[in-house]
Amino acid sequence: MRELLGQAWVVARKDLVLEFRTRTALLSAVVFTALVLTVFNFGRDPTAVATIDLAPSILWVTFTFAAMLALNRAFQLELENGALEGLLVSPLSRHSLFLGKLLANLGFVGVVEAVGLPLFVLFFNVSVGPVLLPLIGVIALATVGFVSVGTLFSAMVVRTRFAELMLPVLLLPFLLLPLTYAVQATARLLAGRPLSEVSGWLKLLAAYDLVFVAVATLLFPHTVDE
Amino acid sequence: MLSAEGLRHAYGRVVALDGVSLTLGPGQTLAIFGPNGAGKTTLLKVLAGLIRPQQGWARVAGGRRAIGWIGHQSHLYGHLSVLENLLFWAALYGVTSAQRGVRATAILERLGLSDRAGQPVWSLSRGLAQRAAIAKALVHDPHVLLLDEPFTGLDLAAAAQLRTLLGELRSAERVLVLATHNVDEGVELATDVAFQRQGRFVQLTPRGARGAAEIAEAYRQAMTDA
Amino acid sequence: MRLAQKGRRVALAGLLLLGGVYVRALAFTPVERFQGPAQKIFYLHVPAAVTTELAVILVGLAGVFFLFLRDPRLDRFAEASAEVGTVFAAIVLTTGPIWGKPIWGTWWTWDARLTSTLFLFFLLISYHVLRGAVTDAGLRARYGAVLGICAVVLVGFIHLSVYLFPTLHPQPIVLRPGKPGVPPEMLVTLLMSFGVFLVLYVGFVMQRYAIALRRDASGHV
Repeated sequence: MRELLGQAWVVARKDLVLEFRTRTALLSAVVFTALVLTVFNFGRDPTAVATIDLAPSILWVTFTFAAMLALNRAFQLELENGALEGLLVSPLSRHSLFLGKLLANLGFVGVVEAVGLPLFVLFFNVSVGPVLLPLIGVIALATVGFVSVGTLFSAMVVRTRFAELMLPVLLLPFLLLPLTYAVQATARLLAGRPLSEVSGWLKLLAAYDLVFVAVATLLFPHTVDE
Repeated sequence: MLSAEGLRHAYGRVVALDGVSLTLGPGQTLAIFGPNGAGKTTLLKVLAGLIRPQQGWARVAGGRRAIGWIGHQSHLYGHLSVLENLLFWAALYGVTSAQRGVRATAILERLGLSDRAGQPVWSLSRGLAQRAAIAKALVHDPHVLLLDEPFTGLDLAAAAQLRTLLGELRSAERVLVLATHNVDEGVELATDVAFQRQGRFVQLTPRGARGAAEIAEAYRQAMTDA
Repeated sequence: MRLAQKGRRVALAGLLLLGGVYVRALAFTPVERFQGPAQKIFYLHVPAAVTTELAVILVGLAGVFFLFLRDPRLDRFAEASAEVGTVFAAIVLTTGPIWGKPIWGTWWTWDARLTSTLFLFFLLISYHVLRGAVTDAGLRARYGAVLGICAVVLVGFIHLSVYLFPTLHPQPIVLRPGKPGVPPEMLVTLLMSFGVFLVLYVGFVMQRYAIALRRDASGHV
C-alpha cells in the first residue's frame, strides 16, 4: 500500500512539475473558465430569472467543462517520446499509474476551480461566505467523481481517432449524475438551507466517488496494456 | 536469468511469434536478426512484460526492475531536464533516494552528458537525446538489457560509443538481447545469434568463432531457404 | 450463414407473436379506467424498457467475463447486445412521448425515469462511437468491455437516484409488493409481451452476432 501510493506520488509530482513548467494547459483552462462564466452572464436575462436560481447550474456546468478540458491532456503528455511505453515496461504498477494520474488531474482541476470559484462569486454576486466550507466540500466530492471516471476514459481515448471529441462523448453521461447531485447540494447551500438538507446529496456524491474510484482503478490496467 | 518457452502471439491473422523458446545466462548477448515484420519487436515486448503472450511464458530473474529497455522512442519528457528525467525514472525503478543522484551523475558522466544535465530534453540535438535515452535505460543498473534497433539514427561516433558501452555491460555479466534487421550491426558483440522469420527462430546457435561476414552469409542463406 | 438464418427465423417468430399480443391487447384486454386506449402502448413500452436494461446489463456482464477470459465470442455478443439495446431504447423513447402527450399533456418532461432511459440511450450510443474509433480489434474489445462495465455501474446509480427523486412516472406495477393493482387480463397480456420481447431480443442478437462473426472471419476491421 505504501509502495502503491509512493509510486503514484512520483508520477503525480512529475505531471504537476511538467504542468506548472509549461503552464499553457493550465492557463488556457483558467482563461476558459473565466470566459465560460462571462458567457453565462450574457446568456441570461437577469430581470426574468433571479441569479440565485441559476447560479448553481452556472457553477457546475463551468466546472464540468473545465474538468473535461483538463482531462484531455492527462495522457496526451505521456505520448511525447513514447513515455507511456516506458512507464509500462517499468516496475510501476498499473494501479499506481492510475492513482498518480488521478492525483495530478485532481491537482490541475483543483487549481482551475480555486480560480473559478472567486470569479463566480464576483461575477454573479452570490454570497458564499457563511457556507464556504460545506461548498468546498461539495466541490471536492464532485470533482473526485468527475476526475476518476475522466482519468480512466482519457487513457482510452488517447489511442482512438478524434480523441478530443471522444472524451466528452464518453464522459458526459457519467458526469450528469454527480452534476445533478452537486447542483442540488449547491442550490440548497446558497439558499441558506440547513446542512441536514444537504447531507443526503453529499452521501450520494461520496458513494459515487467510492464506487467509481474503485471501478476505475480496477479497470485501468485493461486500458493501457498492449 | 532470462528464459522463454513456447511463445506464441498473433495480431488477428498476422502471426508475430510462433513457438519461440530461449534461455540466456549472465554474460550472454543474443543478437536477433530478421527482416521487418519478423516479430522481433513483439518478442522483446513479451520479454519486457509489455505484451502478455497468447501462449507460452517468459521470465526474467528480478522482474521488471531488472530490465532496461532501449527502443525506438526515448521515453524522455521534453520539458524536464536530463537529470530530472533520470531521477524520475530511477525513482520508478525503486532506486533509493540516496542512490538516485549518485547513479544519475555517474551514468551521465559515462555517456559524456554531464554538462547537459540541467538542459531540458527538448533542446538537445538528436544524437544527444539518443544518448540521454541510453542513460535513462541504464540508470537503475539493469541486469537484462533489451535493445530494439538501438543503432538506428545514431551517427558513427555515437554508434561506436554505444558498442563500447554494450561490450562493457557484457563483461559485467549482464544479459543483452539485441534485435536488428541489419546483420552488420552488433555482430561483434553477440555471443549467440538467432535468425527470426515470420515469428519463428529458424536458427539459434552460439556464435562460435564465426566472423561478421560468415554470419551475414548464413543469414542470407537462412532467409532464402525457409 | 446458419446462425444468421436461425436468428432471422427467431426474430420473425417474435414479430408474429407481437402481432398476436396486440390482437389480444386491443380486443381481449379491458381498457384502463383512467388512461383509456392510450394505455395500450404499455405493452410495447414497458417490455422494451425492461429489455433495454437487460441488454445493457448483459453488455456489462459480457465485459467482465471478457476481461478475464479474453474470448472474442463474448465481445461479439456484447457488441450485438448493445446494438439491439439501442434499438429497444429508441422504441422506449418514441412510445413514451406518444403516451405522454395525451396523458401528461406534454411530449417530454425531465422526469427521473424518462431521463434515465435517455441516459441508457446516450450510453449505448457512446459505446458504439467508441468502438468505431478504435482500429485494433483487441483494443476495441477491451475498451468496449471497460465502458460496458462502467455503464452498468452507472445504471445502478441511476436507479438509486430514480427512487430518491420525486417522479411523475407510473410506479412499477408488476413487481409492486403486495397484491398487483391491475386486472389479471392486463397482467397476462403484459407478461406475454415480456416473453415476446425476449424472443425478439434473442433473434436480433443472433443476427447481429452473425454479422460480427463474418467481419472477424474475413479479417477486416
